[in-house]
Formats: sequence, structure tokens, C-alpha cells
Amino acid sequence: MPDTSDVIIVGGGLHGLSTAIHLAKAGLNTVVLEKDHPGRHASGVNAGGVRRLGRHLAEVPLSVAALEVWENIDDFVGDDCGFSACGQIQIAETEAELAQQAARVEELRTLGFEHERLIDQAALRQIVPALARHCVGAIWCPEDGAANPYRTTQAYFRTARSLGVRVELGAAVANIERAGADWQVRTVRDSFQAPVLVNTAGAWGHRVGRMIGDDAPVEPAAPMLMITERVEPFITPVLGAAGRKLSFKQYGNGTVMIGGGQRGRAVPERNIAETKLAGMGNSAATVKALFPQLGPVNVVRCWAGIEAIMPDVIPVIGPSKAAAGAYHAFGFSGHGFQLSPIVGRLLCELITEGKSSLPIEAFAIDRFDNVQSS
Amino acid sequence: MAVIGAGPAGLVAVAVARQYGIETALLDEQPRAGGQIYRNIGAADEAMTAILGPEYAQGRDLLPSRDDPGRHDIFGASVWQITRDGGIYYSHESGASALTAEHIILATGAIERPMPIPGWTLPGVMTAGAGQTLLKNPGLLPQGKVVLAGSGPLLWLLAAQYGRAGVDIAALVETTPRANLHRAALKLPGLLREGELLRQGRALRRELKRLGPRHFKDARGLRAVGEEHVRALCFTVGGQEHEIPCDLLLLHMGVTPNVQFTRALDLPHDWDDVQRCWRPRSGPGGATEISNLRLAGDGAGIVGARAAALQGRLAALAVAGEMGEAVANAVAEAGNELSRRLAARPFLDRLFAPGAECLDPPDDTIVCRCEEVTAGGIRDLAARGCRDVNQLKALGRPGMGPCQGRMCGLTVAEVLARSLNLPIEDVDYFRLRWPAKPVSMHELAMFAEAEDA
Ligand SMILES: Cc1cc2nc3c(=O)[nH]c(=O)nc-3n(C[C@H](O)[C@H](O)[C@H](O)COP(=O)(O)OP(=O)(O)OC[C@H]3O[C@@H](n4cnc5c(N)ncnc54)[C@H](O)[C@@H]3O)c2cc1C
Repeated sequence: MPDTSDVIIVGGGLHGLSTAIHLAKAGLNTVVLEKDHPGRHASGVNAGGVRRLGRHLAEVPLSVAALEVWENIDDFVGDDCGFSACGQIQIAETEAELAQQAARVEELRTLGFEHERLIDQAALRQIVPALARHCVGAIWCPEDGAANPYRTTQAYFRTARSLGVRVELGAAVANIERAGADWQVRTVRDSFQAPVLVNTAGAWGHRVGRMIGDDAPVEPAAPMLMITERVEPFITPVLGAAGRKLSFKQYGNGTVMIGGGQRGRAVPERNIAETKLAGMGNSAATVKALFPQLGPVNVVRCWAGIEAIMPDVIPVIGPSKAAAGAYHAFGFSGHGFQLSPIVGRLLCELITEGKSSLPIEAFAIDRFDNVQSS
Repeated sequence: MAVIGAGPAGLVAVAVARQYGIETALLDEQPRAGGQIYRNIGAADEAMTAILGPEYAQGRDLLPSRDDPGRHDIFGASVWQITRDGGIYYSHESGASALTAEHIILATGAIERPMPIPGWTLPGVMTAGAGQTLLKNPGLLPQGKVVLAGSGPLLWLLAAQYGRAGVDIAALVETTPRANLHRAALKLPGLLREGELLRQGRALRRELKRLGPRHFKDARGLRAVGEEHVRALCFTVGGQEHEIPCDLLLLHMGVTPNVQFTRALDLPHDWDDVQRCWRPRSGPGGATEISNLRLAGDGAGIVGARAAALQGRLAALAVAGEMGEAVANAVAEAGNELSRRLAARPFLDRLFAPGAECLDPPDDTIVCRCEEVTAGGIRDLAARGCRDVNQLKALGRPGMGPCQGRMCGLTVAEVLARSLNLPIEDVDYFRLRWPAKPVSMHELAMFAEAEDA
């Protein structure tokens, strides 16, 4: 006898768990099938950046709504998730970059969003006195910040379970079939049945998608992060750069996390992501260019996580194209941590009300119809 | 070919490779050859050698006797990354460098198992290995009263060496449980096959008797006490309390393979239930899953200096064989000698199996020194649902410091497994990351590459 429920969610990362929390609150009996454990992949090992700054225009409304949840994240998952509104800043190193930033801030303003602010060199120096002197200005989002990803994942996990969601660990979905109006989902051990299926399988999202006849050009990639030994506190906000791959954050204990898009090698079949020295070198070179005083500081650890990157670097969110009663949310392309409280809500709305309260057309899976999948 | 580690395994590997004309680089982070056991051997004078004893002096035979242009010794080179395709990256006084080798022999040896007793983080408490290093660098002899405590052959050896050097040994406190002796006794025939080792052991025991430090056996409940600095070691024997004042406390609980590289390379490891440590999996000639990477010496499982040298020989012979040399006879000969040398291991492994002291420390004892995580902290996280050491690391930070858990990894896993009542394999081991040693931004930036658009 298969286990029956109202909804089966494949993938217990933050998006799967968030969806489960919202569905459970709406009274639906929900099962999450996770092949490893929550937080084993992107959701637990990311940089923890809670950033509206610099988002693709299609993501801005979602991101703005997500921050409102982050500001009271305790109400959502009973834990502060290590969130602090330390601000996010994106620096410009040339006048040309600054001009582009000005245009971006103006564009957002015409769309009615005022969270990104342009600041000049003097203001930038006041916010980040340790920064190299050549930087000319920045976009500044003081309400943005950062949280602790693993702690966040665990808080989502606990909350989902306390609401009665069943989270099956070590439950890799191998096969999905129709059983009348239901979906029949098989893992190595068990069989599950429900009328509604949600695919939040992250870098494996296209594989699960194919099981129900949907395809999408996901590139499983391996963004890398590295962390330094402890140094005296010298910077508060999370810092990025308009012209470089960088995300830079000093923690309370003095260690500095450096990321921002250098890639290692993802091997999703083996469940691993390897680091690449060239990328570590590139990050170190960037850090030295912007904070020359950090040259002698030691890097103590470097890691990579498996993340799904889409060709247009925005996710797939919405109903399946091939089948009724199935929904996707994957392919967050390196910035899905911040969106996690909101995407689950939108999926829940789609499932229970048939429509989403925020615009999600740009994320439709059929936008890739002319793109070959890898 | 490149050999990492200039202890007995690495030194012999290089010497054998050179006999076959294989151009070889030898890297070690120490300033001189010798590894842990023969540290500084090239520079030791007669007085020093007399103190350190005849086994130490044997190390001389491993040093190259003449200049050899096909041999590149790179000392003071701290290797922090190796890649599956033969890249070796290291830091040197002049900055970071890289080399590529067609074959790599990892002979990175053992590290001391931490012995986290209450108070072990006090100033004045060190590992016996560190205590021995003092001895091998002239002029660093400890002053004041010294107590040696724990279990394992190095403890006896160090007691004898300190005795010869005239250090004031207040006590030798052995924790080896009597039950271990019974377990080991079953393996006595193996020990008897290894006559030399047996003789050495007896000679050491006699010497210790003569030197006459107070000798406690089967000690329990060890605690280092003191405020700013260690003041004494407290323990019980047969229920009776003892407190031995000291200025220096040296702790030892045997050694375990250094798995930093093999773990970061994601190679398979097997659990050794007697010695309670992980061993990287390796086959004949030290072969691993990575075709151009071989292991030799204690890094592949604790075997001792003589067997390590033979493994170094076998690994180098295997490389020579792959290059088309006829090595079958030499391999057979070294293989036979190796199995004779290894015959005593089952006895020693059981006799010196780590005791409860380091496997299940009291709640308030610090286990991870870098991040100051206590045994109680780990038990709390276990109670809150942590199922393996990597979850534990993410939530409670043990193993997140600069040493990446090299020091605490085994203890953390033991404490977690015990509190969950799970086999140790289930709680797993820390996923280790590159760089294997801290590396500065300056050095890393040397490996930046122009990116594809
Ligand atoms: C190094 C790094 C840094 C990042 N930094 C940031 C940042 O600063 N800010 C930000 O907003 N975002 C960041 N991200 C992105 C963010 O982490 C991800 O977008 C987000 O966590 C994606 O969540 P998810 O639930 O979709 O995926 P995941 O967390 O990967 O979860 C998917 C889950 O599905 C499971 N699964 C897959 N296939 C199956 C199957 N067949 N059966 C059962 N289960 C399956 C997987 O095991 C996995 O646990 C970063 C990512 C990385 C890797």
C-alpha cells in the first residue's frame, strides 16, 4: 500500500521546506521526500546573503516581499536564523560603473521600488572605511543583510515537522507515474501517492522534471566560498562589486567569507562539488585589489555547493507544462536563499487558490521551449 | 615523481626511486629530513644521539650519502593542496609554488591522537610528541618537574629519553587498562615473530626501572589542575586518589593516520575498530583509487618506522614497475619483510587501544580547541537531533577552525556516536576542504587565472 497524502514535495532544501510549511498551515497533508538531509546541498552551504540589491527585475517584487518575512523570521520558523540587517552594498570602481548603477536605481524607482540607494564616495568611505580608495560610489541597501544558512535550514525543518509535515530522509525519488488522478512516486524503499506534486529538487530539478515530462536547461554548477582566519572587525555590511565577482562578509567571530560566483566543479551524480584552485586564486586577487591590507591573512577553508543555474539566471517557478497537478520551483541560479520564505507561499497559493499573489510569469518553465537542455 | 613527507617511508621511497633513475621531488614542511621519528637527524650531535637512543640513530642510514642532481629535496615546504591530476601546491618561505608529478607518493605520517582530559588546554600541558620535539631541538630541554601520562610506546620511549637527558620526571602515569593486556595476549605469537621489537621493548622497560620515575599503571579519571598554568595531575588507581605536582604535563594516547589529504581528495576510508581511527583504503604498493597516487607509512595505517620504510620501498618499486622496470623480486623480498614487521601490530594495537579517557570525556572538557566546543556541547547537539559530524559542524562549529578538525575529528565522532548509541561509521567524519593548511591571500592570488568571458 502506498503512503497517501495531499501533496508530495520532492526535495527538502529551503524551497521544499518552505512550501511544506505553507501547505501545512493551509491544512494540507504534506510529505517531503529528500534524498539526503535538509541543508546537505545549496540551502545549507550557501553564503547566507539576504539581498534584494541587484536582483533581476522579475525577482524584485518577490525579493521585497521575502525581506518582510526575514525581518520577522522568528514568526515564520521560531528562530532568528542568525539574520542580521547588516546592509548590503555594491561598490563601483569606475565612473562608468557608477553611471550604470545610477541608471539601475532610477529604473527601479520608476517601477516603484526605492530600496536601492545610490551613494557617493564620501558616503561609501564612511560605511566601509577599510575599502581601497579608488572606489567611487555604491548602491546601498541598509535593510538587507545576511543569515546563517544551516541554522535557517534546520529551523525550517523543525517548523515543518512541528506542523505535521512528514519529511522522509534518505528518500531519493527514482520514478514518478500517474495512478488515476494521483501521482505515484517511488523511492528506493517506499511508494507515495498524492494528487499534487511539487518539484523543489534544486540542481536535480530538471531530472525530477523529466520524470513528469517537463524539461528545462539546468546547469548544475558549483559556486565556491572561502573563509579566512579571524581578523579584527573591519567591515559591517555584505559587500559586492559592480564589476567583479565578489560577495564579502565578515562575521561576528572575525572570520571573513568570500564568495561571489567563482565556480568549482559540480558532480551531481556523485552528490559532490569540488573546488578549483584557479577560482580560489581569482577570489583572493579580487580581495587584495579591494582590501590590500588582507594580503597576509590566511584562508583556512574553501568549499563549493551544488546549485542549479538557468541560462537567464532566474528560477523556474510555476505549474508544470506537461501535466496537471504538478508544480516546480528550482533553478535559483545562485540567489535562492533570500527568496525561500516567499516562493513557498506562492506555490501554496497556486495549489490552494489556483493563482499567485505576485507576478511569476517570467519564471514559467515554457520560456525555454526553444532551448536545448543539457 | 613526487614524495610528500620525509620520514622513513618518504626517504626510502625517494632513495629507491633514484636507484631506478626516476627523477624525484621530496617535499616536507620541516626544515630537515627525518620526519617525526628521525626529526633533525642530519644535525644531531653525539650527545643528542646518545639521549635519543639507537633507534633514532638508525635514521642516519636513510639520508642521501651524496649529491644527486635527479633528486630535488624541498624542505620547509608546507603542501596545502594536491589534485587528482598530479598537481602539488605548497608554501615556502619565498611564497607559494606548484609542481606537477606523474606519480605522487603520500607519506605524510601520523598525528597524535588528542587526549582531551579536563584541564588539557591549560598552559604547561602538551602532547608527548611536542615534548619529544623539544628534545630534538637542542637547548629546549624542559625545566622543572615533568609528568608523562597516557598510553602507547612513545610514552615509554620519551620517559627513557628524558631520563637520559637528566630531566626530572615526577611520574609516568599509564592509563592502559589491564583488560587491553588480556585482549593483546591472544596476539602474542605475532609479537614473538618480531624479535627486534620485543628486545627493544624489554630494554626500554629495564631502563625505565633503572631510571626509576614513579610509575603508575591502570590510572583512571585523569585531570590536569591549575589556574593560570598546570599545577598537578590528579587521577585514581584502584580507587585511590593521587595528585602529582608538575610544571609540565605531557599527554599521549598513541597516533593515528593523518587523513587530511586523503579525505580532502575524497578517497574511501575504512574504520579500524581496534585503534579506533580511520584508515585511507590502499592496496599493494600503497595503490589508491587514484591511479597515480600511492600511500606509504603511518599515513595509510599505523605501522611504525621499520614497516613504514618498507612501504616506502614498495610504493617506489610499484612506480618503477609501472615504468617498465623489472621489480618482481625486489617487491617479493620487501613484501616478505613487511609482513614479518607487521606481525607484531595486532598485539600492539590491542595493548595500546585508546581508552575511555579520550573517547568519552566529561561534559565540561573542551574537545575542539579552535572553536572551544565541549563534550557536553556535542551531547546537547546530539540530543537536539544532530545525526552526523558534518551536521554537528554546521550547527555547533567543531572542526570549523584553522585546523579543520585535524585535532578533534576523532573525538567529536566518538562523543557523538556514543551519545546517539550509533556505530561510528554512521556519524561519519568531517568533510575536509582545501587548502589542507591555511594559505595567505597573497599566495592564493598567485594562482588566479584569466577567466573565460
Ligand atoms: C556557495 C553558494 C553560495 C550561495 N549564496 C547565496 C546567497 O548569499 N544568497 C542567496 O540568496 N542565495 C545563495 N545561494 C543560492 C541558494 O543557496 C540556493 O538558491 C537555494 O538554497 C536553493 O534551494 P533549493 O531548495 O532550491 O535547493 P537545495 O537546497 O539544493 O535543495 C534541493 C534538494 O533536493 C534534493 N533532491 C534532489 N533530487 C532529489 C530526488 N530525486 N529525490 C529526493 N530528493 C532530491 C536534494 O538532495 C536537495 O537537498 C548560494 C548557493 C551556493 C551553492
